[in-house]
Amino acid sequence: MTQLPTRRGLLFGTAAVSAGALLAGCTSNEPKEKEQAADPQPAADDKPGKPVTIGFAGPQADHGWLAAINSNAKSRAERYEEVTLEITEGSNDTATQIGQIETLINKKVDVLVILPADGKALTQVGLKAMRAGIPVVNLDRIFNTPQAYRCWIGGDNYGMGLNAGHYIGERLKDKQNARVIELAGLDNLELTKQRTQGFDDALKNYPNIRKVARQAAEFTVESGQAKMAQLLQAQSNFDALWNHDDDQGVGALRAIEQAGRDDFLMVGGAGALSAFQAIKQDDGVLKATVLYPPTMAASAIDLARALGQGKGVGGLAEFEIPASLTLYSAVVDKANVDQYMSTGFE
Amino acid sequence: MTQPVSPPRDSADKVPSAVTPPAWRGMLFRADVRTLSLLGVLAALVLIGGITKPDEFLDTRNLQLVLTQASVIGVVTVGMTFVITSGGIDLSVGAIVALASVWATTVATQEYGFAGILFTAVLVGVGCGLVNGLLIAYGGMVPFIATLAMLASARGLALQITDGSTQIVTVDGVLDLGERDAYVLGIPPLVLVFAVVTIIGWLLLNRTTFGRRTVAVGGNSEAARLAGIDVRRQRLYLYLLSGLCCGIAAFLLIILSGSGQNTNGNLYELDAIAAAIIGGTLLSGGRGTIVGSVLGVLIFTTITNIFALNNLQSDVQQIAKGAIIVAAVLVQRRTASTT
Repeated sequence: MTQLPTRRGLLFGTAAVSAGALLAGCTSNEPKEKEQAADPQPAADDKPGKPVTIGFAGPQADHGWLAAINSNAKSRAERYEEVTLEITEGSNDTATQIGQIETLINKKVDVLVILPADGKALTQVGLKAMRAGIPVVNLDRIFNTPQAYRCWIGGDNYGMGLNAGHYIGERLKDKQNARVIELAGLDNLELTKQRTQGFDDALKNYPNIRKVARQAAEFTVESGQAKMAQLLQAQSNFDALWNHDDDQGVGALRAIEQAGRDDFLMVGGAGALSAFQAIKQDDGVLKATVLYPPTMAASAIDLARALGQGKGVGGLAEFEIPASLTLYSAVVDKANVDQYMSTGFE
Repeated sequence: MTQPVSPPRDSADKVPSAVTPPAWRGMLFRADVRTLSLLGVLAALVLIGGITKPDEFLDTRNLQLVLTQASVIGVVTVGMTFVITSGGIDLSVGAIVALASVWATTVATQEYGFAGILFTAVLVGVGCGLVNGLLIAYGGMVPFIATLAMLASARGLALQITDGSTQIVTVDGVLDLGERDAYVLGIPPLVLVFAVVTIIGWLLLNRTTFGRRTVAVGGNSEAARLAGIDVRRQRLYLYLLSGLCCGIAAFLLIILSGSGQNTNGNLYELDAIAAAIIGGTLLSGGRGTIVGSVLGVLIFTTITNIFALNNLQSDVQQIAKGAIIVAAVLVQRRTASTT
């Protein structure tokens, strides 16, 4: 019992350059300080507020979307002069990521933004941060319990499937016995099942459409090419394809080109720049993509900043930021692609 | 046994059978049984494919597809077969393919066109192989550890180069080789490269001093050293060879997928080892077969193809792949113990 305060005191002694006044201020924990803030809380805006240090821990950016998450978080944090971003090296290893988050807790960052490699496995460290008085913004992959985060922000995997299904459904609604195929993502991820479920549910609205095949790829260009080449061989005719991910879509489009097929429409997923460009050019099968926007990382930084400064969200009457925010999986096609072009990731 | 009184009609056939010891015949027979059993598995698969999806499976385009898909991992497996035959292992092949492919497809090298991409891919592959070889042969490191280290660092470097993004190839000449109507001598270019690598690999292992040394080093490296073989130099060459194959495979993968990505070559090390082992190459070294390895690759690719054509899901595919590895090795053990 006595060890803990001593060690903490030591940490402070070495870390804080300034006087004992600051030391005393730090020992009182964060939430209490916030309660003392002015009652009618202003909404967050671009004007500089009090300094906030945000800790950011995410998985290894080995994929276009995840790389975009990191760059979105960084560039958004740079926009605010009072925000300091402490970003850890991304890791897909649960134990490593827990260690990194514990380091950020020890550094006493004001707010934590965590995109866990595995939401369930990292719940405990989320709880630990919350208990240490550091509010957590849980990004994308959700923790097991709401106690482990103050706010969750993420995409809508079910909605992606749903909107892709409706887009295809509307395009094919006048076609008798329409055939649809699905190139799914990594099958051992929960999000892949949700995307497929949403897609299937949407197609139920269109009795003239039947899903005739589904193969899972691995979110990589190589797997996209390999699985799509086989699917094209297996299905000599179909009317639409939904591909869960634009990265593997690069490979899928390559396979389609190699097979010389153009007799169907394709809808992608996520929102890669290459997909947007193909949709804009409109000279291939890719007609639309369903968003899973990496801009959510930038929004997470906004939320973390608002949390750190004890503000609400502009445009809402609430004094506090919401407990959860689910982004909309908008369909981007030729009509609105220009609007989204700047959010496309490489 | 009495020799035949009348001179044999076909001396070339009869004389050796009388002269050579039975052990030699046994080995020849055993090798044949092994290859035949693999061909049997492949034939059974073709039958299954033909019965379940006659129109789609027994189609020229599908045959080309299977062979094309087999080409990339096939070239890697040829290199791997040499390494395993020498009693080593190369766990870094997938990572080398990834590194070579992203290095070759970064914007800087794409400016130098077709030759730039090919040269870079091969050079990076050979470079990684050189590091592996030096660490193992002259640094005295265990192959498992040295190539594991290469796996980690090459993947890391590939990720660093790409920053996670996909490098799309914009050089036309490269992509043309992967188009559906691209044929060289009536064969898709990727398949042709695979065939050439296989033939060179077979000649190298079975008809050259290099091949005999490889087998000798794998059988008993001390005996090989005493017999005057520079074991360390031989090991260096073998990992160089594996790296070279990875570089070629990376180039093929660039043609096939039209891009370079740091996730390329995922789990190639396991696929290549599995194909070589199924083919009849001994993991402990001393025996290797290029034909067996290539058949192993074709068996895996055909299975994947049949599964996809029948719309079976990935969980079923993985289970069946595991079962086939077990079955093939059990058959091998049976055929090996009969002689």
